[in-house]
Amino acid sequence: MSGTNTSHSPTHHTSTIGAIGAPSRRNTELALLVFAVVIPVFAYANVGLALNDSVPPGLLSYGLGLGLLAGVGHLVVRKFAPYADPLMLPLATLLNGLGLVVIWRLDQSKRLSNYAEAAPRQLLYSAMGVALLAVVLIFLKDHRVLQRYTYISMAGALFLLILPLVPGLGANIYGAKIWIKIPGLGTLQPGEFAKIALAVFFAGYLMVKRDALALASRRFMGLYLPRGRDLGPILVVWVISILILVFETDLGTSLLFFGMFVIMLYVATERTSWIVFGLLMSAVGAVGVASFEPHIQTRVQAWLDPMREFDLSRAGVQDGIVHSEQAMQALWAFGSGGTLGTGLGQGNSDLIGFAANSDFILATFGEELGLAGVMAILLLYGLIIERGVRTALAARDPFGKLLAVGLSGAFALQVFVVAGGVMGLIPLTGMTLPFVAYGGSSVIANWALIGILLRISDTARRPAPAPAANPDAEMTQVVRPS
Amino acid sequence: MNKPLRRIAIFCGLLVLALLIRDNWIQYVQADELRSDKKNRRVTIERYASPRGNIIVGGEPITGSAESSDSDFKFKRTYKDGAMWAPVTGYASQAFGATQLESIEDGILTGNDDRLFFRNTLDMLTGKKQQGGNVVTTLNAAAQKAAYNGLKRQGGKGSVVALEPSTGKILALASFPSYDPSSFAGNSTTTDTKAWQKLQKKNNPNDPMLNRALRETYPPGSTFKVVTAAAALEDGLYTSADAKTDSPDPWIMKGTTTKLPNEGNIPCKNATLRVALQYSCNTVFGKIGSDLGNDKMLDMAKKFGFDEEQFTPVRANASVFSDKMNPSQTALSSIGQFNTAATPLQMAMVASAVANDGKLMKPYMVDELQSPGLDPIQKTDPEELSQPLSAENAQILQSMMETVVDKGTGSNAKIPGVKVGGKTGTAQHGVDNSENPYAWFISYAKGEDGSAPVAVAVVVEDDNAVRDDISGGGLAAPIARNVMEAVIDSKK
Repeated sequence: MSGTNTSHSPTHHTSTIGAIGAPSRRNTELALLVFAVVIPVFAYANVGLALNDSVPPGLLSYGLGLGLLAGVGHLVVRKFAPYADPLMLPLATLLNGLGLVVIWRLDQSKRLSNYAEAAPRQLLYSAMGVALLAVVLIFLKDHRVLQRYTYISMAGALFLLILPLVPGLGANIYGAKIWIKIPGLGTLQPGEFAKIALAVFFAGYLMVKRDALALASRRFMGLYLPRGRDLGPILVVWVISILILVFETDLGTSLLFFGMFVIMLYVATERTSWIVFGLLMSAVGAVGVASFEPHIQTRVQAWLDPMREFDLSRAGVQDGIVHSEQAMQALWAFGSGGTLGTGLGQGNSDLIGFAANSDFILATFGEELGLAGVMAILLLYGLIIERGVRTALAARDPFGKLLAVGLSGAFALQVFVVAGGVMGLIPLTGMTLPFVAYGGSSVIANWALIGILLRISDTARRPAPAPAANPDAEMTQVVRPS
Repeated sequence: MNKPLRRIAIFCGLLVLALLIRDNWIQYVQADELRSDKKNRRVTIERYASPRGNIIVGGEPITGSAESSDSDFKFKRTYKDGAMWAPVTGYASQAFGATQLESIEDGILTGNDDRLFFRNTLDMLTGKKQQGGNVVTTLNAAAQKAAYNGLKRQGGKGSVVALEPSTGKILALASFPSYDPSSFAGNSTTTDTKAWQKLQKKNNPNDPMLNRALRETYPPGSTFKVVTAAAALEDGLYTSADAKTDSPDPWIMKGTTTKLPNEGNIPCKNATLRVALQYSCNTVFGKIGSDLGNDKMLDMAKKFGFDEEQFTPVRANASVFSDKMNPSQTALSSIGQFNTAATPLQMAMVASAVANDGKLMKPYMVDELQSPGLDPIQKTDPEELSQPLSAENAQILQSMMETVVDKGTGSNAKIPGVKVGGKTGTAQHGVDNSENPYAWFISYAKGEDGSAPVAVAVVVEDDNAVRDDISGGGLAAPIARNVMEAVIDSKK
């Protein structure tokens, strides 16, 4: 809204806010998208040259595919959300493109013969994701519409979360039960979609209840203690998170949902005490469950002493626990990459084996693009997150603010939980790195997430409709003391 | 709502910052450690990515590289006379890692060493493939062959170490039974793993993979009397080889009522040092040790290299001479019994120091490291480790050891036209000496100019031999003679 701002001039101490259109920044977005497509295309050629000394035959179709996705995304945004944030689409496209390159690179691995067809499938998923983004932008004219579906979203989220536990439908993959099997289609991670539905529910619920939660409280030792009956909702969410942890044995999903709720609760009520409560409750929950759940215990042990797990796994110790060498293999991949990495296609990150192209994909970036590459990827995520929070700041309605911060916060937590797990900062959990990791649910759901954020930012940045033509009307003048 | 939103923005920034810090930790601070971790398969993959450099003896490589069929490893290590050279080379196996020279000089052999960095960068720019450098050893092929064949003919377990006294160069380093590192150099679960399993101690009581020359300590028995004699001369307890010593026979160990026996009926009463060494009198040397006391004996043993690991650069176990012993224990230790234990390398160092007029040179087996283009990268210079005894005393001791070979127990080591000094040993072991003793022989050969080109230590543990037959002079001395002859012949 700086188009007519003249306050920088020493002679005019006035700033004029008018209905003259703020820049849409669509051309900026287009220019950035060109980079977001060209960089992965070069990376793709690089992998081919490193592996087979020739430019890969699929380069053209791959480049066209990614270009088409970016183009469609851009046109839809230009038409249906012209004032949307210009960075998010290019950032997501770049991450998606780099992910495709690395997935294709791992497809070529001789050690991982079972992934032979992952990259084309991921391209298909990406197309579906961009299609969903288009659907969101075309049909969701105003994000406030979602507010109407607060409780339907809740029911939907719970339904999605329970799905993996339905006998015959759920699939237990390496201890975590967060997948469902759809015959003929493969596996699906309903938790990725539940994330969005839950954010909608929390935003709608908190918008209504926030005053009660914020004001009706007693002050005790510097903290605002909520009334007993206001504790209800957080307790319910906490219990659901614990149930996820117990029945689906997935620390990551549990942490993600609870963390998202605490963040939104804090923003809605502006009460720091909720953060304290949230941290206490998640600590109690995690420690409590870990004390009797062997799957979680193994993950913690592998985090504390990955080398021991490696040795146990190598020795084939059978003590009823799945010992995995992956945590150590991932660390070696990162370490072997060093500062600049081995170069695309020249590392041995495929030694990680199972899930090398999904949960552990960051390790391949680490080995082949080095510290420099991983820092760049992390900063790209950081930018998406900060653009999301910025959208929340700019949003004019509380529902939009809450939804935007919920989605961005969940995105941030997910990146932290996955990347931190693979790098050994926190125990490993089975989650996928948004846009980069192989997996249909993750890519599609995250494109939808970006779609909603774009919609909110479009609403936030859109100039107010021009006032009715009135020749006498003068622009509002704001006089600022100098 | 904007104030908490800004805080959430900071919180998200902190999450990303934590990831960035962790990434720097594992990819920068810990990178080298993780990259070179022995269990990191990349280390092995890299080791065999290009033909490995060679280990060289006398200008000829004793190793090689062959194309491998394994998907991870392009090349595979091969060995010429692998069993004979195994105590020197160690092994480099795709499945089982690398040891000894193959492991210590891995950087040079693979070409990854920092000292080759400039060259590698140049190669990368000119498009050449990375190559490994060579490790040139000090060993003498003829001496090694004589040593290994001698042990093999003997058939029992044993070891030979030969040194060049003036420099400390290791000329022979043999251990028997041995193993062929080619047999498990690959990565096949059928052939290589089977060969490996067969060589493990639990499946093979002879423990062929034990490097007896460096990693096994034996009671040195009477060969240790050379150290005791050196201590007596250095201390001034006795100053001449031919003066009578104060040695009753039988001698009752101080503080006990136990007689220290001699082997057979030999003239040990008040014998001169020369006669005592010639007949290997326990009474004389036991009493010297007891008279000098634990501290002085320990001091001398340490000067010869006892109680310390040696790095040749392959690590040799520390030989043992104990501290805080009472006089009778010191007496037993001084004739190479009780706790005293020595590696064959250690006893070769003793002979070598005496032959080198009292100067002990640091033993080493890597003469030079070469770049792939055969340019020297690093040359090992001889290094004096200590001087256990003065030149005069060393010469007195030499004359005594030469008498042992001329007229005494070591006559089997005589070489026509060459002056040989030596000492036999027969060390008891097992509970109540129930097991077969070890036969020892340490010696040196001297050229006409008085310099000694070679010093040798031989130990043979033979389960099959008749007990009476085992004596250093009978089993070990002929092997020592062959090794010395091989060195002298190769100098001609």
